[in-house]
Amino acid sequence: MTAIFEHFNFVVVIVLMMTGLFVVFATQNMIKKLVGLSVFQTSVFLLYISLSKVSGGQPPIIAKKDLHGASYPADGGYDAAPDSAYQAAEVLYSNPLPHVLILTAIVVGVATLAIGLALVVRVREVYGTIEDDEINKIDYNENLEGVAR
Amino acid sequence: MMEGFTPILLLDMGLLAMLVVVAFAVVRLRSLFAIVMLQGVYSLLSAAWFVSLDAVDVAFTEAAVGAGISTVLMLGAMLLTEREAKPVPFQKQLGPLFIVTIVALAMFYAVGDMPAFGDALSPANSYVGADYIAATKNDIILPNVVTAVLASYRSFDTFGEVVVVYMAGLGILLLLGLNGNAGKWRAKPNGQNITGRKNAAEQREDKP
Repeated sequence: MTAIFEHFNFVVVIVLMMTGLFVVFATQNMIKKLVGLSVFQTSVFLLYISLSKVSGGQPPIIAKKDLHGASYPADGGYDAAPDSAYQAAEVLYSNPLPHVLILTAIVVGVATLAIGLALVVRVREVYGTIEDDEINKIDYNENLEGVAR
Repeated sequence: MMEGFTPILLLDMGLLAMLVVVAFAVVRLRSLFAIVMLQGVYSLLSAAWFVSLDAVDVAFTEAAVGAGISTVLMLGAMLLTEREAKPVPFQKQLGPLFIVTIVALAMFYAVGDMPAFGDALSPANSYVGADYIAATKNDIILPNVVTAVLASYRSFDTFGEVVVVYMAGLGILLLLGLNGNAGKWRAKPNGQNITGRKNAAEQREDKP
């Protein structure tokens, strides 16, 4: 029970990932397929970011007291009265590296999604439908692949 | 009460429960508008969880790009194509369900080997990430480590990302063109009329 409790992020993320994968596999509609792909992708982001979490950690933005030589005003700049307890203790940060990777992945993800949607619109221009099985049927009936011409 | 049970954990679990509900709703629904909107909700909920996981930069990128731009793109594509997904017969869902179950079981089997949630000493958190935090203070006088890594240490990576976005834009232009006809006309491959369903413009023409 404790093991499941400690790994609840993995358990839930696996369920979410498999839900997205199921939509990609099971549905015939191409736009719904792309939504499933996007759900799958976001779940992978959740997996990576939940790995980078450190208990009791701060976001990886370095506390002002640690940032020597910065060009900020020494006093009265951003936080004139910083919390003394916060200042005394060694600040713990979450791991910034997965954040960077996922930032890149989000932007690349929307680029691939846009290409996929453009392909769906183009498919619709040719076939008049975006359902996978209907497209297969039209391919067969109209000999669009040009196999037996 | 279990050790380590905090209000934050309760928040995490609440957000994850909402994510699961939204994902299952995407599976069940057929209206594409509802599905696309739920995808936006899914992204926004995950952005909320990213804030709880200390990934503030990822959270606002996900909220802007995942919940904003993707939803707009999908709504546009939906407008040019269909409004409703065809129902899939139950027998055709069994195969995918079987595959997904097998994959899920394999992954659940591996969960026991993963580090606990929030473990500061896990392999992922011990080496390079900590080094970046330590080095950023002296190398780049920027408070935000994520910005420092993204724009300086790994700036070629970010440049590659920009190239990918450019290529995607170029690809969409080549696929759809600039004349504003995208999705509103019917192509005639090899000069033949495809006897599929007609698009909205043709249906309007047919009506007297």
